[in-house]
Amino acid sequence: MAHFDENAKPFSHQWLNDRLAIDTLKRVLSTEYWIPKNINFLWAMGMVLAATFGLLLISGIFLLMYYQPNTNLAFDSVNYTIMTEVGYGWLWRHIHGVGASVVFLIIYIHMFTGIYYGSYKRGRELIWLSGMLLFVLFSAEAFSGYMLPWGQMSYWAGMVITNLFSGGSLHANGLVEWIRGDYIPGQAFLSRFFMLHVLLMPLVIIGAIVFHFGTLRLPHVNNQDGEDFDFEESARLYKEGKKKESKVIPFNPVFLSKDVFVMGIYFIFFFYLVFYHFEFAMDPVNFDPANGLKTPTHIYPEWYFLWSYEILRPFPTDPGLIAFGFAQVIFFLLPFLDRSPNVAPASRRGLFKFWFWILLVDMIVLTFMGKLPPQGIWSTIGLIAAIIFIALWVLLPIITKLEKKL
Amino acid sequence: MSNRRDFMGMALGGFTALGGIGALYAMKKTWDPLPSVKSAGFTTIDLKDAPENVLVTEKWRGKPIFVLKQSKEMVAKAKKSKEIDRLIKIGDDYYMVAVGLCTHLGCIPGYNPETEGFLCACHGGQYDSTAMVTKAPPPRGLDIPPFKIDGTKLVLGEQGPEYKKMLADGTTMPV
Repeated sequence: MAHFDENAKPFSHQWLNDRLAIDTLKRVLSTEYWIPKNINFLWAMGMVLAATFGLLLISGIFLLMYYQPNTNLAFDSVNYTIMTEVGYGWLWRHIHGVGASVVFLIIYIHMFTGIYYGSYKRGRELIWLSGMLLFVLFSAEAFSGYMLPWGQMSYWAGMVITNLFSGGSLHANGLVEWIRGDYIPGQAFLSRFFMLHVLLMPLVIIGAIVFHFGTLRLPHVNNQDGEDFDFEESARLYKEGKKKESKVIPFNPVFLSKDVFVMGIYFIFFFYLVFYHFEFAMDPVNFDPANGLKTPTHIYPEWYFLWSYEILRPFPTDPGLIAFGFAQVIFFLLPFLDRSPNVAPASRRGLFKFWFWILLVDMIVLTFMGKLPPQGIWSTIGLIAAIIFIALWVLLPIITKLEKKL
Repeated sequence: MSNRRDFMGMALGGFTALGGIGALYAMKKTWDPLPSVKSAGFTTIDLKDAPENVLVTEKWRGKPIFVLKQSKEMVAKAKKSKEIDRLIKIGDDYYMVAVGLCTHLGCIPGYNPETEGFLCACHGGQYDSTAMVTKAPPPRGLDIPPFKIDGTKLVLGEQGPEYKKMLADGTTMPV
């Protein structure tokens, strides 16, 4: 049995250390968790995401106090009760709406940082996979939350997205009705998506975030040059006081102070949106109550789903669904489709440099086309961009195989 | 004594798996549509007063039902293109009756009496006056709901002989 100091005062440092090993915990989780020095502000996006998730959780808790998951009451509980009656209800709603939108912007920056610097291979595969899992979970969380105000966009997004599960010509209406609990999105649908949004999905997301942190521990964070150096040696130098020679800094307090600086800038931007430009996250069509007998003129998802929506849209149903399914899973395979051994910024990787920038621009084009009505030249540009997206992923193993070892 | 330990492990694992399967089955059934939802699915509509070339929208199982009484020209066109099979004949009149949800992803198409056709604004699908698809992405014409003819009335939700024939020859899919 462990040794307990009989004379330690209750809740004193010694007393807690005997029972919880707080010194060891602090050392392992923060003061001796080593981060490379050679990084830039893009490495702060992880903590920015964690902070945004925290804001979503807190604002969500307050919204939950007045929200009514009932098809007759939901719309008014959001647009009347929370927005006009509840003291500062508008604040929680706008933080929640803006946060849900901005969290995807940061997720995309976080993802493309990883792609650019090659932070998904040579020991970092699980970081990438758990990150992609988080992307899917956040998508499900965003979609289920979008149902809750029960406006026209909620209803029709619910209709269209659940219809995807009929699998086109497979005509699996039974599965669609099972997911909805009704022939159409109704009370059963609203209640179950409410449950998913406020309990099951957040629980799974929190678990996945812990797992994502866990996958980071052994391979460590990548750096701006993809340099593979001896962390233990560098950590020893740092602890000996040779901070200049060492290539690492401790997570806490050194790296965290940089994180907090970036977060400070980010929160200025975030709360500027919350207070002055929240409307970008509030679709005007969703301020009409849900009506199952009237489709809005244009149905489009929130901006962060537009690129994959545009991959679905230009094709006939079955190929469209296959292309959409492809777009949903293909990012998971990135560590295995990249056949090059190099971990380096894209700018030093020959053809991969072009692959990266074309992919980024193509996804931005898809995002814009997804918002425009499916007519004329826009349809054609959308179709070409969708084909380029698929072609890029087919080409990836070939161009990375040809890449010279650095 | 490893055999005995293995046996205990397998017995425990087996019963746990059995319980797990039972729990999954219960969870699946909990997500099923309720019996009250499934049984509230019959609607009677009267076609007697429907005007020609004016789209009438009824409601069945929460879904919009399109009723379009066909003009003489539409009937002649439908006979030529063999799409007459999609129409319901009552007396001498022909009616297009269909679930008003695009077969692509379920938006409600709009009807234009001048072009005598439907356009779905979501993804640009088009249908003619018999609700047969004329432009992708929808994979097929609008689905015809199960119906039984009763004089000039239709009982939606019940399967009459005319509907069964449509199902059998592939004119429509089960809804």
